[in-house]
Amino acid sequence: MTERTRKIRTYHQVADPSSEDIVGQIEAQRSKLADRLADIDRLVVVASGKGGVGKSAITANLAALLAERGRRVGAIDADLHGPSLAAMLGADRTPLVVSEHGVEPAVGAAGVRLMSMDLVLSDGAPLEWRQPDVAGFVYQSTLDTGAVRELLADVVWGRLDLLLIDAPPGTDKLARLLELLPVIDTLLLITTPSEAARRAVGRAVQQARGAGISTIGLVANMTVHECPDCGRSEPMFEADGATQLATETGLELWAEVPFEPRFAVATDAGRPLVLEAPESPAALELDRLAARLENPTSETP
Amino acid sequence: MKFLCIDCDEVMTFAERELPGDGTLAAVFECPDCGREMAMLTNPMETKLVSGLGIQVGGRTVPDQPLELVRSSVTTGDEKAFADQPLTTGTVRWSEAAAERLQGVPGFVRGMVKKIYGEYAVERGIEEITPEIMDRARQDLGLEGM
Repeated sequence: MTERTRKIRTYHQVADPSSEDIVGQIEAQRSKLADRLADIDRLVVVASGKGGVGKSAITANLAALLAERGRRVGAIDADLHGPSLAAMLGADRTPLVVSEHGVEPAVGAAGVRLMSMDLVLSDGAPLEWRQPDVAGFVYQSTLDTGAVRELLADVVWGRLDLLLIDAPPGTDKLARLLELLPVIDTLLLITTPSEAARRAVGRAVQQARGAGISTIGLVANMTVHECPDCGRSEPMFEADGATQLATETGLELWAEVPFEPRFAVATDAGRPLVLEAPESPAALELDRLAARLENPTSETP
Repeated sequence: MKFLCIDCDEVMTFAERELPGDGTLAAVFECPDCGREMAMLTNPMETKLVSGLGIQVGGRTVPDQPLELVRSSVTTGDEKAFADQPLTTGTVRWSEAAAERLQGVPGFVRGMVKKIYGEYAVERGIEEITPEIMDRARQDLGLEGM
């Protein structure tokens, strides 16, 4: 048996312009994203480890409220497979204009500039990717993450005071978003008093801290329901998971938003409650939250 | 991924790319010393994995377009999601046959395709885009399905 003497250089020993170009393309994507976000003063991610807690409704209302307060506000619906932000903000449905600078965002309530897959998908159609016939799940997260990157980097946001990102539910998707964004100024984690939400959002807190997010605010949604007849407030859930979560994590509850049927009605109609009924208990609480977002290092007003 | 010519101990450099339209990809690499060529053939799954990152093996042939990944990869897009763009790019005209063929491209991606062909023509001093020019651009730029 002859001894093998051929020595092939290893991957790292070989300089290759072709592979460097691929790395260069990835770096160019990151650079483009950073350039676009450079004109935005504050990046706020609205997330949760749990679905159905009202992330999008709170995002839509906060965006409208901040815009109403005179801020230049953008909003991205990063929930590609369940987009709802455009409808909640009553976005105009004219075709999107593509210029040499990128795609002009749609405009919603109070002048919020927004982008959502809802604006590009056929009416009622699910998001489906062109992919090989088998094992499409292999590519899905890559394509989804690429699409979110494009929604951020390819839209002509212009100068903004705040860009709110409505994250999809699930810690996996939150992780991808955190990795994509060069910096996050504030992470709002929406929860409810339910025990299930406490556990799920608790995981998201751990994840966010692991990613180095320093400013995290908890928002308890659907905390109490006020009887329209007698005015008595009753808890919506038996558990008080939101308060417990705040204690366990050492995070502050930035807001406790009561349940109001008209909140859902207004949101479904594309007219944020904060504009429709600014004196309602939920709108007033969201107003306090908006003030906190404008100055996240301050104490609760 | 790198390709090394063992005889020359030289890294092979990217030469050309072909996208036959069936989801596969052929990328040709050659040794700068001895000129030996090899083709890397990827199946549709491998091709998609790379293109899903928004990158192109061997480098980009055209500048990246706004929402390129979304517009080229979403199959359920609204035909009227994007505003139509004029048929002229600078002084470049579209022949009637080319314009008709362009109408066969799904509306969701048509504006992007139109822009790419227009820029291809401008860069090469072509005054009128015809179906033949479209074929040549598709070949030169490696535009699968465009």
